[in-house]
Amino acid sequence: MLSSKASCNSHGQDSSYFLGWQFYEKNPFDVVKNPAGIIQMGLAENQLSFDLVESWLRKNPDAMGLKNKEGESVFRDLALFQDYHGMPAFKNELVEYMAKIRGNKVKFDPKNLVLAAGATSANETLIFCLADPGEAILLPTPYYPGFDRDLRWRTGVEIVPIHCSSSNGFRISMHALEEAYERAQKLNLKVKGVLITNPSNPLGTTMAKDELQSLITFAIHKNIHLISDEVFSGTVFDSPCFISIIEAAMDSNLERNIDVLSRIHIVYSLSKDLGLPGFRVGMIYSNNQTVVAAATKMSSFGLVSSQTQYLLSCMLANKKFTGKYMKENQRRLKRRKEMLVSGLKRSGINCLKSNAGLFCWVDMRHLLSSNTFEAETDLWKKILCEVGLNISPGSSCHCSEPGWFRVCFANMNQSTLEVALRRIKGFVERSRLNYQQNMGGFSRRLLSNWVRKLSSADHREEQER
Amino acid sequence: MGLLSRKATCNSHGQDSSYFLGWQEYEKNPYDEVENPQGIIQMGLAENQLSFDLLESWLAKNPDAASFRRDGQSIFKELALFQDYHGLPAFKNALVDFMSEIRGNKVKFDPSHVVLTAGATSANETLMFCLAEQGDAFLLPTPYYPGFDRDLKWRTGVEIVPIQCTSSNRFQITAAALEEAYQEAQRKNLRVKGVLVTNPSNPLGTTMTRDELDLLVNFITDKEIHLISDEIYSGTVFSPPAFVSVMEVLKDRNLGKTQVWERVHIVYSLSKDLGLPGFRVGAIYSNDPIVVAAATKMSSFGLVSSQTQYLLSAVLSDKKFTKEYIAKSRKRLQKQQSKLVAGLGKAGIGCLESNAGLFCWVDMRHLLSSDTFEAEMELWKRIVYDVKLNISPGSSCHCSEPGWFRVCFANMSEDTLKLAMQRLKSFIGSMAVNDRSHQELKNSRRKFRTKWVFRLSFQSFHDREQDER
Repeated sequence: MLSSKASCNSHGQDSSYFLGWQFYEKNPFDVVKNPAGIIQMGLAENQLSFDLVESWLRKNPDAMGLKNKEGESVFRDLALFQDYHGMPAFKNELVEYMAKIRGNKVKFDPKNLVLAAGATSANETLIFCLADPGEAILLPTPYYPGFDRDLRWRTGVEIVPIHCSSSNGFRISMHALEEAYERAQKLNLKVKGVLITNPSNPLGTTMAKDELQSLITFAIHKNIHLISDEVFSGTVFDSPCFISIIEAAMDSNLERNIDVLSRIHIVYSLSKDLGLPGFRVGMIYSNNQTVVAAATKMSSFGLVSSQTQYLLSCMLANKKFTGKYMKENQRRLKRRKEMLVSGLKRSGINCLKSNAGLFCWVDMRHLLSSNTFEAETDLWKKILCEVGLNISPGSSCHCSEPGWFRVCFANMNQSTLEVALRRIKGFVERSRLNYQQNMGGFSRRLLSNWVRKLSSADHREEQER
Repeated sequence: MGLLSRKATCNSHGQDSSYFLGWQEYEKNPYDEVENPQGIIQMGLAENQLSFDLLESWLAKNPDAASFRRDGQSIFKELALFQDYHGLPAFKNALVDFMSEIRGNKVKFDPSHVVLTAGATSANETLMFCLAEQGDAFLLPTPYYPGFDRDLKWRTGVEIVPIQCTSSNRFQITAAALEEAYQEAQRKNLRVKGVLVTNPSNPLGTTMTRDELDLLVNFITDKEIHLISDEIYSGTVFSPPAFVSVMEVLKDRNLGKTQVWERVHIVYSLSKDLGLPGFRVGAIYSNDPIVVAAATKMSSFGLVSSQTQYLLSAVLSDKKFTKEYIAKSRKRLQKQQSKLVAGLGKAGIGCLESNAGLFCWVDMRHLLSSDTFEAEMELWKRIVYDVKLNISPGSSCHCSEPGWFRVCFANMSEDTLKLAMQRLKSFIGSMAVNDRSHQELKNSRRKFRTKWVFRLSFQSFHDREQDER
């Protein structure tokens, strides 16, 4: 009766990523009303800099009240504005803002920018433009769980993972790229492109220029596309500074530059750095005119509210504000991340070294009862139910190694993070105690098997510990 | 260079049709009372520009709604973070009340059955993704909104099979036409998943009769398929008969909790009655919980800005305002429509009798040089380029009879409408003078042609046509 899309579950929303979220919704932490509740550390939101935006809003009531600089109402024009080319003033501000994030090392042309209702919409639209049902996109693992839905569900396109491992900080190796490509071939899937998230979600790291250039070379050789989801580009708070794929493409001896640029596409959004996911502002940037034309028409299915375009064009036009915001926001993100990293370290837990994002990629392999995903899920459930923290297990991000977790830090205030860190510390200490007890028990069992074989001296040592 | 998808390179977005081309012509030379009085008047855009003053005055009296404030407190942070695809509860509650009010409170809607989407464009596509597979078909009565060719088919791969309606019975849907369309789909090896109607109709401007609705309900029950009722113009019904929603019919026939109840889905939007297409507010209403669940997840690809949800929840919660708005808007639409009808009448042009919408379905068959779509295109081009009015030819709406045009009236002032009517009158007048002799010539030539047409080659026939233009 219904379509297979409606009745299947390739929206991926039965995954733990979403289940943890649901659990949290039933018992959310509140410092006053529910101090024993679950702390949400699975949501990559930036709540650290709203005060800066609110202060701008208070000083600029006309932008909210749909009035122009002369105090005249622009309500009518906005109410009617549904041009899928987007509001020119808004796009002009966006490209300048995007350039600023990239240290003005790249310039963007507003004509190559297509607005969409969030990066969710932008990513899906790009896939619709670049691939047919049954074709495939390569993605390095671990990756954002939402991609399983956004890139595949309605498009019918497959994802083939590029396996990355902790052995080299989860960087993409040429070997892993080739291997993924060959695996796709064996599955009879035509590869149309590679999609990377840079800065990475969930790793929180930025890619080096040589990594980007290797990817570009790979894409040229295989005659495929390269999508760089740069939604976290505004959250780079530490060195190395952010290098966009376009900068890497231009700043090189790569042949056929024009051809190169026509296969590179960027996705961006204001949800992460500006912390405005509710406003649904995403975009595609491409030098490929056919892609821009098709994506523009497709954006009809997810245009940005003109009311929102107007407000944000006013805000981004204020260069003093954006300069101040970027700097202060990055400072706060860095401080908060350092708090998480040092807090975890005190509990004997390490994180992957990161310089961006709203989360850390946390190494809890040593807390697993075994090097398996079942053990990871067990640990995740314990942390969710006993410790009361909703964090994201690496398996939900398709990580190839068990024991890694994504832990968000920017969606809560400092005292909540302190509570979370205390809870983790308590958990780790209890686990250590249990482990020692279990190990003791285990040893005793082992010995009871061997007691006839081992000398009585060994047995006496065990007892003395 | 790497290949793009078929969707990106084909043209099943349908945007090479005249509907969009006329729009482009207008963009190159748009009418402006002061700056370009000779420009093309846009009569191809179904927008409601008649009641903005009411909304603006409400905004002026209620500044908090646009300023992220509730009860004097800032809720900016809450809204900035709100991306729940279940939608803002206050907005959905206000929306279902508004939808009910439009239907004379004869139906009540449950907010948990509503899925918000970025405009009806998004709602319609999402419903297709939920109800049909690639290669399945939906039946649509002609004439229909040209955008459906893109919205329903492009990325979904779903086909449209037309239900041919004719002027013989005012373009109403008949049982025979429904059955014929169904058979046509079968002949093409297409599995029919449902019927999609627009009620009130675009481009006809008429509301469906109860008989038609009963017919549809019987048909979908019999064939065990879906019915989508795109009711985006429901708030623009300005004269009797009153609007009857398909939900009302189901209720009156006690079909609640039956299987057919779950196969009827409504699409709505605030773009037409409230005149807010820029704000991208659409909705799907369904009694099937699986459809609601799937569509809700799919709405991730086109959520409504929380800033906009909040503003409009405040507007629609003001019941005094909505009541006043609906009444005034209807009156203004009725007045403007009758001006268009009268103006056309003075030019000797009739319209289909209509009681809703932002346009009239205009009968220009008598102005065609021949009963063909080529002649309709010729006439359309003359009206766009010579008369400087962008109207929509029936062929772009898949009308089965040439000579009908959709002419919008609600997207301009009274004065502009007057000017448009004057231009049309002059055109008809000059056409009558010039073409009388032209017509006599053509009539004699036509007789000549019918005798010789089988002997002449297509080439020389074509050459002669060129000379006459």
